[in-house]
Amino acid sequence: MPQMNLAEALIDGLIWSLRADPRATIIGRGIAGHGPEHAAEDRLKQEFGSRIIDPPTSEAAVAQLGTGAAMAGARPFVHYGTAVFAYEAWNQFINEAANIHYMSNGQLSAPVTFHLFHGIRGGGGPQHSGSPYAMYANNPGLEIVLPTSPRDAKGLMRSAMASNNPTIVIQNAQLLGLTEDVPAEDYSIPFGKAVVKRDGRDVSVIACSRSVIDALEAADILEKEGLSVEVVDIRTLAPLDVDTIVASVEKTGRMVAVDETYEICGVASELIASVVTRAFSALKTQPVRVGRPMTPVPFSPPLEAAVNPGTQKIVDACRRACKR
Amino acid sequence: MNKALKNAGGASVDGRLLLSMHRTMLRIRHFEETIRRLAASGAVPGLVHLCAGQEATNVGIIAALEDRDFIASHHRGHGHCIAKGAPVEGLMAEILGKASGMCGGRSGSMHVIDMERGNLGTNGIVGGGIPLAAGAALAARARGSDDVCVCFFGDGALNQGLLHECMNMAAIWKLAVVFVCENNGYGEFTAIDDVTAGPSLPGRGEVFGIPSEMIDGMDVQAVYAAARKAVDYARAGHGPSFIICNTWRFGGHHVGDKQEYKDDEETRAWRLRDPLLRSAKALSAAGIVSEEAIAQMEQDAISEMAALADGVRNGSEPAAQTLLEHVYG
Repeated sequence: MPQMNLAEALIDGLIWSLRADPRATIIGRGIAGHGPEHAAEDRLKQEFGSRIIDPPTSEAAVAQLGTGAAMAGARPFVHYGTAVFAYEAWNQFINEAANIHYMSNGQLSAPVTFHLFHGIRGGGGPQHSGSPYAMYANNPGLEIVLPTSPRDAKGLMRSAMASNNPTIVIQNAQLLGLTEDVPAEDYSIPFGKAVVKRDGRDVSVIACSRSVIDALEAADILEKEGLSVEVVDIRTLAPLDVDTIVASVEKTGRMVAVDETYEICGVASELIASVVTRAFSALKTQPVRVGRPMTPVPFSPPLEAAVNPGTQKIVDACRRACKR
Repeated sequence: MNKALKNAGGASVDGRLLLSMHRTMLRIRHFEETIRRLAASGAVPGLVHLCAGQEATNVGIIAALEDRDFIASHHRGHGHCIAKGAPVEGLMAEILGKASGMCGGRSGSMHVIDMERGNLGTNGIVGGGIPLAAGAALAARARGSDDVCVCFFGDGALNQGLLHECMNMAAIWKLAVVFVCENNGYGEFTAIDDVTAGPSLPGRGEVFGIPSEMIDGMDVQAVYAAARKAVDYARAGHGPSFIICNTWRFGGHHVGDKQEYKDDEETRAWRLRDPLLRSAKALSAAGIVSEEAIAQMEQDAISEMAALADGVRNGSEPAAQTLLEHVYG
């Protein structure tokens, strides 16, 4: 089985999608980022150069072109280098793409995939560090996919490109270098299936995107203190696999919800709500929420670190949940 | 010293003004060189975008403004800040995220705001400053002022819908805006010709009835002359103008960009058009100052900027307990 980093796996998933479906096209460049993993994109250009277009900096128009093309039978993949650039296309994501199927009473679909790099990335400052997926999740009609491993990235990308719905694949840019064995052949991973990344007995950390990696690190640290931490990666925020989350909390009796979006109306809030409204009696202690505090992301490295819901904050949250 | 001068094909400006513009361009060039060194040594968080090569467009435009006038800048905006009078130590500290930075380390290079000098900020979003400047012009009109607002943007922003929406509003309301496109040939890593249609860029302003021209952005005198005309026109209440300055980014999109997409021959040709060489030549040819004095000015700029680097680098970081300050006013 070949080793791939996450960027290579995303590209591999895309390549299989383009091989499988002649209607699939790519709008954008820098799909593997502009960091050390950027060369992963070369394979895509070599095999499908004629199906890739490099658009002007016209974010709103490009989103709507992609949506229109999808409505007319194409399967476009639209890339935004930095997630916040897609704020320009807010109306196009939310009011157009997400609503089309419903508004047309099922006549039309918009099978477009939007690909975004999100997250605190070191010196991004207030305008380049956004993680907008909680805001997207507040709108019905969109599928939201958050890969955290190369294997998942490939299989989830494949499902995104095959989906009949507008799908946002939103990737924390700092995970692009993660490497593992990835099956060389074509495969898909279905949406709405969370995965238990680490078995544990004492507390369930339910996380997504970058926070999954931080949570696994926190679990290693806490193991040395005798705390057994289970880590669940939701993988897709919409649809959300509440069954797997609830099963984990029923097993451990304690819950920490962690995610890089804001604490207020963020993903962690929704994860806790989904458990307390279904399995309140399973909780032995009150659930703990870890997210970004309500401030724009500052440029200064120490202030940025204070905003980031990283490993240490997850360790502290688990101790609180377990009353340590 | 005060005599007007002409250089081939360029406009004439007052000798003292040219000297002062040359000095500001030198300070920007060597400020950027200092930032480049700091970034290469890992002292600058995130990505930093330098304007070396574009000094004439920064300085020639802003030289036509009064202190009370406004500018809105973009992600390659250190030169605009300096030309508008920003304290270079505070600017450098901001770019390094220090507590003594102009925005307390909250903004970094891409969001430097300097309201004391009418600088609405550098901006991390392509074309983001355009509506801000138009808004500032609207505010000026509402308070009965004849303040002028300049928005700087790159060639990438030519294809943002907001530019055209704002040009339309500025034209119908006769807002005192000067739209300045610094066309350095590349939007991020993409050449302008690959993404920009039509035979005429000034035509994009002319369709709104906006006086529009394309000029040599490597010639600070030509830039100043165009700006003088546009600023006077706006201040007199006639409305917006559009100036496209053809210029060149000596570096990449950001420090560390290998620029594999650029053609070496093209780069060499543009290097020969360095705006600093040109203004130095004009100064000495017209006998405004000696070549030795010009060399000394450059040395002074180098010393001024290099002397700041260590102190700024070792400056204190913002305290974590200030994190939530200024989220609301």
